[in-house]
This record gives sequence, structure tokens and C-alpha cells, in this order.
Amino acid sequence: MSVINTRGLRQRGLKGWRTVERYFDMAFGSALNPLRHLGTIGFLALWLLAASGVLLYVLYGTSVDGAWLSVEGLAHLPMGLGRLLRGLHRYAADLLMLGVSLHVLREWLHGHEQGARRFHWLTGVPLLVFCSMSAIGGFWLAWDRLGQYSALSTAEWLDALPLLASPLARNFLSHASFNDRMFSLFIFVHVGLPLLLLFGLWFHIQRLAHVAMLPPRRLAFGVILALALLALARPVLSHAPAALDQVPAQLRLDWLLLWLHPLTDATSPGFTLALAGAAVLVLLALPFLPRTPRPAVAVVDPKNCSGCTWCSDDCPYAAITMAPHPDHPGHLLAQVDADLCTSCGICAGACPSSTPFRAGQRLVTGIDMPQLPIDALRRRLHAGLATSKEERPIVMFSCRHGASDAHLRGAGPRGADLHVIELLCAGQLPPSFIEYAMRHGAAGVLVAACREGGCEFRLGERWMAQRLMRQRMPQLRIHASAVPLQLAFAGPGEEPLLDQALHGLRERIPAMSPHMSMNANEAIH
Amino acid sequence: MKPSTDPIVAGTPRSRPAGPVRWLGQFLLYGLFAVFIGVFTQWPPYHPLGADQALIKVSVARLGQPVGECRRLSDEELAKLPPNMRDPIRCPRERSPLSMEVHVNGARMLKRVAEPGGLSKDGAAAIYERLVVPAGKQQISVRFNDDVRPGARIYEYDADVTLAPGQVLVIDFDAEKGGIVLL
Repeated sequence: MSVINTRGLRQRGLKGWRTVERYFDMAFGSALNPLRHLGTIGFLALWLLAASGVLLYVLYGTSVDGAWLSVEGLAHLPMGLGRLLRGLHRYAADLLMLGVSLHVLREWLHGHEQGARRFHWLTGVPLLVFCSMSAIGGFWLAWDRLGQYSALSTAEWLDALPLLASPLARNFLSHASFNDRMFSLFIFVHVGLPLLLLFGLWFHIQRLAHVAMLPPRRLAFGVILALALLALARPVLSHAPAALDQVPAQLRLDWLLLWLHPLTDATSPGFTLALAGAAVLVLLALPFLPRTPRPAVAVVDPKNCSGCTWCSDDCPYAAITMAPHPDHPGHLLAQVDADLCTSCGICAGACPSSTPFRAGQRLVTGIDMPQLPIDALRRRLHAGLATSKEERPIVMFSCRHGASDAHLRGAGPRGADLHVIELLCAGQLPPSFIEYAMRHGAAGVLVAACREGGCEFRLGERWMAQRLMRQRMPQLRIHASAVPLQLAFAGPGEEPLLDQALHGLRERIPAMSPHMSMNANEAIH
Repeated sequence: MKPSTDPIVAGTPRSRPAGPVRWLGQFLLYGLFAVFIGVFTQWPPYHPLGADQALIKVSVARLGQPVGECRRLSDEELAKLPPNMRDPIRCPRERSPLSMEVHVNGARMLKRVAEPGGLSKDGAAAIYERLVVPAGKQQISVRFNDDVRPGARIYEYDADVTLAPGQVLVIDFDAEKGGIVLL
């Protein structure tokens, strides 16, 4: 498939994904939208698997005769506790596979497999394999007809690889050839691989800052409740005990986890091995496909860096570290790791030196983006307001990854009073720019960010909102309620939300005074 | 004026739907998720084999016989060897491939030759095949050979078996039990 076709496919897929996401927004609100928390939902599923797995292992009999009896015995524990435990374990595994698969799809649709995020993608691919293998291995432990079918099918599948002198499937020829030691192998696959998975996860998130290991509490509660109710309403029950001299007549197959077996039956082990291998290779190759040139990364100006650490604290990708300042003993200096920087500009928005009130023809801040420096933002803001002929001009700071502002730009009834200043990310906006706009004639300011939880750079919209709400440094100095300021969270395709926000702001402006004090929390009427 | 920790402006209306709509939407989506998981983890039922079919597994794994005879080295040949390697008997390292044919009701269902493993072809060879056959009476005929030397024995086994639907019949080779065995 050509690169162009891949791009077209991705764009169409992304459009469809965003449409589905919007429906979820309507129900959950954007901050709790599960489609924006797929990674942490995967973590939640893993913790559920670990907790229920420990309890199940305590009750498990590790032998040919004991395995089926111990698992079947769960169905007879009082108050349905065994069914709840087993159901939670199985359905959490389904959730893990579903969540992780959707997580991979979402990241690919957003183009996150390339650039600085290549590391996360490449470390994530093996995790997908570990998840699948350990999930399949779990069925063997029950040692019922389904476990027998899955274990034998997996053995026959692996035998297509010319690795072993004696086929693995020979272990399942008859009861005489099958012994308790096989359960040590089963347990290694089902318990050992998840330990590798945890180790791999550590790598996967190592280059991220402010990592959430669980989804928001309400979402986590909803997911656990849904799984628990499902476990009780549709319990996971064992098939008849394994019988190696019989092929199971009918199986209640978990198609989400065991789809590989029927596909192998319908084709051949060689075909599905090639398919699985090709899928892994394609996933590993995606980050290396041709792409648009990587944008410039953040640059530190030692003369203007105060060593405050705010940029380092706010960088979502841990790309900024603080090192001793070479010229000022006892002071710190920000350092950017170009390999980790995603060029979001959140650091520039965090820098206290990014205030436009500083004197000087050219505004040089402590850390800046060469492709859209803070100085250029000030110039555009200044030029827009200086040339405005409108009585009540409005300034809009707009994230380029959010809803499109193209229809609002330029002259015309909708945008004559509007001056749009595009940002790399909403987090690039230093709060002092809002004060500066008001001081230089803006009647109102609209800040347009991505949906809550939907920031292209993970945390930009959150940091920006916290700064403006005076919960995070650098804070908006003036009191929020004294400013004709509107915040809009709107993703691509949600342009009507921008219109709505702009309309709301225009309605509020006549009621507010155009003059304000620069003393915090005061307004002059 | 009190310090502000309140949101500057509430999010846009569509991002915060009204209570009942929101709860109903969440209920529906959680329900859909549960139904999806609940259904596709147990349905549709899968039948690994047809209702009137049985399975014959042909499975042999063993070390074939050497490809040639052992011979005694002459005194001259022994003298040329280092003292620690003067074994008077020299056998070829390479092993014979395994060769197997299975006929069911006179029709050939399998003909396989499995080469020995290893770079020097001195490892074991293995044959593993699944043959799906109709359930019921079957006449099975097996020919097996693990020795390419002239005049080597060809193991043959003929049997009439009745296979129940879903039954697994294993054809193996066990030298201690005289050759081909059915399990």
C-alpha cells in the first residue's frame, strides 16, 4: 500500500474515530470519555487481572486431576463469589485486549507512532503480543475441553515453526503422555508473561511525565461495576474435563481472545503464523515510514532561563531536565532532550519569562519554539489590535490541533472583530498574554483548546486551564471573573462549539467594563 | 474579592450534557460494552470438527537409523588418527529420514518424508499430521520406514477400526512395542 493511500486511510479512519468520540462525549463528558483513557483502562484491566489472579491461584490445583476440579469448584462457592472472581478475571482479560487494541488504533490514527513518540510505539508492540499470549495461556489452566482445544491448537501452531526436534503437540497425544509437569509450563505462560508485560510497561511509560496508572475514579468505578454485573449475569463456566482422546464437539469460544485458533483451523498454522508475524513487523515498521519533517524542538536561552523548573514540571514527555547553570553557580538551567521533545510549546507557555510585558524590541524568553516564538505571538497580537477598526475587538488564541478556526477568520459578519492567533498547543499560551491583550484594547479573549483529555500532547489543555484558573504556575494574575474571557474545548469537527463560545463571549462583553486594573483581583468600573 | 479557583467559564454546553441524558447515555454505552463482551466471549459456538467426523493423528518422532553400515578401521587408518580418537569402529553420523504412508479405506491420506534435524542431519525427525476422516468403520493401512539402507525393514500395520464421532485415533511408532501402534 502506498504512503498516500495509508495517509488517506488514516484520515478517513480518524474522522470516523472522532465522530464516535463525540457520541461518547455526549454521554460521559469529554474528561471522562473512555475512548480518551484507553491506556489507563488497560492498566485498570491489568490490576483487576492481577488481583483476581492472585486469589484464583490460591484456590487452584496444579495437577491434571486437580486443575479442572478446582476451577469448577469456583462455581459452587457461596454467594456467587467464585463466579464473580472468575468472571471478573476473564472479562478483565477481554477488556485488556479490547482496550489495548483500540489504544493502538487510536494512536496510529493520530499519527503518534512517529517522531518523539516512536519509542512508546515500539515498546508497546511487544506488549500486545505478551497480552495475547498470556490471555490464551489462561484458558489452559482450567483444563477443560476449551483449555484442551486451545493448548493443543497453540502447540500445533507453534510446531509450524522449525524450532523443536519433537513436536509440542506430542505432549497432548494421550492421557499417558500428559502429566502434571505441563502445568508448570502453563503457569509460566500465564503468570510469567504478565510479569514480562509489567516490565515492558515500565519501558513503555518511562519517557512520559505525569503518567496516570488508572482512569478517573468515576470511569474506573463504572467499568468495574459493568464487569462485575456481567460476571454475575453471564458467569464463566467450565466445559467438561479435558479428554485427549476426543475432539470437543462444541465450544463456547471466547472470540475476543481465541480467534486465532478457528482462523488456523480454517487456513493453516503456516498461514496464521505468517499473518501474525507480518502484523508484528508492520506495526514495528510503521514508525519508520516516510513522514512530514519533524518540527523544530524547544530551545533554551540561558540568559533568560531563571531555573524555575516550571517548564520541566509541565513537559508531558519528560523532555526537559534541570542542570546546574554553567555561568551562575547555584542556579539551574533547563536542558531539552531533542529526542523526547514533541514540539508542543507547553514549556514556552510555562516559562515566567514569556510575559509580553517585558521591555525590549524583541521578546526573548527562557525556552521557546523556533517555528512559533513567543516574540512572534506578541507581534501578531500587537499588530492585530493596533490595526483593528472595530470598537470591541476580540482576540482568539487557538490551538492548531483543535476545532478549525478558518471559518471565523477575516472580514465578514462573523469575524470582522476577531483576531485569531494560532498556537502550537493551547498550553503554549502564557497567561500574561490575556492581560496584555486586554491592556492593548481587546474587549474579550477566547482561548480555544482541544477537548478535555483530548490534547494532542496529552496535557496542554489541562495545564492551560489550570493556569487560567490559578491552580498552576504561571497563573493568570487578574481575577477570572473580571475578565471577558471565554474558554472553549472543541476538537476537530466541532466548529459549532467555537461559534457558540464566540457568541457567548460577544454577548457578555457589553456587560463588562473595557477597563481593568492590572492589580490582581481588582476591577475598576 | 475571593481568590478564584472556579472554572473561568463552564465548558461548552455539548461537552457537559444534562443529567438525565448523560446518565442514560452512560447506561446505554456501559450496557453495549457489557453485551458486546458477554456475547462474543461465548457465542457463536464453535465446532472444531464436523458432527460425523473423527480425527486420526499421525505422530512419530524418533532418531532414524544411520544411513550406512559401521565399518572397522584398518590398522593404517587407526595409526593416522590421534591416540585419543582411535575408535576401531566408525559409523556414519547422518541419520535416515522417516518415511510414512497412511491409507484409509484404500485411499492414500498421507505420504510424508521427514528429514532428520541438525546441520549434519544427525538429529531426530518428526511427523505430525491431522487426518480428518468420517466417523464409522475404517480400514487403516500404515507403512513406515526409518532406514534407507538396502534391505532395511519396512514396518506395516493394517487394522479395521470403528471411530466414534469426535474420537481421536493416534498412530505412533514404538520400537519396544514392535513398531507401529494405535493409541
